[in-house]
Amino acid sequence: MSSSIIEVENLTKRFGTFKAVDSISLEVKQGEIFGFLGANGAGKTTAMKMLSGLLSPTSGKAMVAGFDVFKQQNQIKKSIGYMSQRFSLYDDLTIKENIRFYGGIYGLKRKQWKEKGERLIKRLGLDEVEGKLLKDLPLGWKQKLAFSIAILHDPKIVFLDEPTGGVDPITRRQFWEMIYEAAHDGITVFVTTHYMDEAEYCDRISMMVDGRVEAYDTPEGLKKKYGVKTMNEVFIKVARP
Amino acid sequence: MRIILYLIQKEFLQIFRNKTNLPILFVMPVLQLIVLSYAADFEIKNLKVYWMDNDQSSASRQLYRDLTASGYFTIAGTGFDHAEAAAALDKNEADLVVEIPAGMEKKLVRKEPQQLQVIVNAIDGTKAGLANYYFGRILGDYNQREVAALQMRVVASGQPIARQVINVESSFWFNPELNYKTFMVPGILVLLVTMIGAFLSSMNIVREKEIGTIEQINVTPIQKYQFVIGKLLPFWLLGLMVLSIGLMVAKVVFNIPFVGSVGLIYAFSAVYLLLILGFGLLISTLTDTQQQAMFLAWFFLVVFILMGGLFTAIENMPGWAQTITLFNPIRYFIEFVRLVMLKGAGWQETRFFFAVIFGYAVLLNGLAILNYKKTA
Repeated sequence: MSSSIIEVENLTKRFGTFKAVDSISLEVKQGEIFGFLGANGAGKTTAMKMLSGLLSPTSGKAMVAGFDVFKQQNQIKKSIGYMSQRFSLYDDLTIKENIRFYGGIYGLKRKQWKEKGERLIKRLGLDEVEGKLLKDLPLGWKQKLAFSIAILHDPKIVFLDEPTGGVDPITRRQFWEMIYEAAHDGITVFVTTHYMDEAEYCDRISMMVDGRVEAYDTPEGLKKKYGVKTMNEVFIKVARP
Repeated sequence: MRIILYLIQKEFLQIFRNKTNLPILFVMPVLQLIVLSYAADFEIKNLKVYWMDNDQSSASRQLYRDLTASGYFTIAGTGFDHAEAAAALDKNEADLVVEIPAGMEKKLVRKEPQQLQVIVNAIDGTKAGLANYYFGRILGDYNQREVAALQMRVVASGQPIARQVINVESSFWFNPELNYKTFMVPGILVLLVTMIGAFLSSMNIVREKEIGTIEQINVTPIQKYQFVIGKLLPFWLLGLMVLSIGLMVAKVVFNIPFVGSVGLIYAFSAVYLLLILGFGLLISTLTDTQQQAMFLAWFFLVVFILMGGLFTAIENMPGWAQTITLFNPIRYFIEFVRLVMLKGAGWQETRFFFAVIFGYAVLLNGLAILNYKKTA
């Protein structure tokens, strides 16, 4: 297929004596939707933070969008979008003000964020509430907005950390439509989730258990390997052997 | 540069959208300045006296008149019983007891030494000290005037006693009427500007940590210096605005003289605010919650305020405490403001203050920037 955009080799993060991420290796190809699965506390968020330049790794090697996670963290930050577990837009700003702010600090020109902002407000059907403060919007809308803002600056990769937690099934479906659209536009999607139906939507998957990558394949391949019918069963087999 | 402007725009939107911020910034300082300046009155009037006159003579009645005419004392009770006097002190009905011994006038006329007893309620040390001091002054006057007159009357036929009295005439420069407000208002204004600057800046970044937006900022390619400037500049402007309002209040309400250059005061405040904001910034990089930041900021501010020379003169502190005040930014600002506003000091006389505060500002902001990590 196409070339790889994330290459990870024996990446480790140690907090004191505790190995949060224990020598993981994986490869993400350009334009694919990569599912990053694991139980709570398996080390997903830590691994993701290292790849997005928020956390310095202890040892190993990793290249993200062609940049070294040890030395070129700021170049990485220019090439990626990131949406964290916690809602991280400003509740006391309006939709438009959030778009302007994040567009602005990613260095978009006034014309750029204006055009893109208008397009995404239309796309999300937020025309009528664009002047409202974010705290007055339902969570599902806010999550969709957060995702749209995370890819406002056309990053090469977008990291999504449990983007659909606490969101209703319909909004979840819409969210995944947006993810497909982004992937279609050439953005590589790196997503963590606890919903196994979502895992089925991914091109390839890795599963973390206690800081290590224990399974790493396409959803079909994993189901075949463990001789089960659903990703749910795969997860239970891998996470609790 | 454009990125910094986007940050500043966002900060101002948030500051002015928060409904409690406007009163905190513009109403409270004015109220506090007015109320505190009137309340921080170091002159004590209406000290309550329990009067025990065992002499019942014209000499003792003259002392009574001197006491009540001074304006500092009022008579809370009279009597002859020590138990009653002690009870009055106990119940806080009297601040001091004055006891005139029987036969005082006779002894004075005979030029024999005479003592009278004053018992001061020293629960409040400042008040006790002042009561003692005022009473001593009244008694001193009384001594000079009345005792001499009494003895002159007696020896009228013979030689008058030649008395050589040294009179101390004090004149107070730069604050001739000893108006304590002239002294306090600039100092209180300094405290208010310091508190607003330190609290707002220390709360601000830590708040972004609490709600999680700091992570979203840290994952953008924004540079540390851009972020720090974007955070500090809005508060720097607000601090100067609060100072301007305070200076107007000082002029209009209290009629504080502005002997020196207002421009110099602004120039100094601009540097001083950088220091204070750097202090707040450093705190917010050291803490994870607004509560921690609040405690840490308070800890330092209380020390700074109490040891700033406004409530206790620095010269009156023990040596080690005076050394500590050398690290207290408020101390320099208070000295500077008084020098300039009351004494008219100029650049030549205040260069030292500028140097200290500028150096301090560079140090604190430098530490804050070093300590703020975009990558943990």
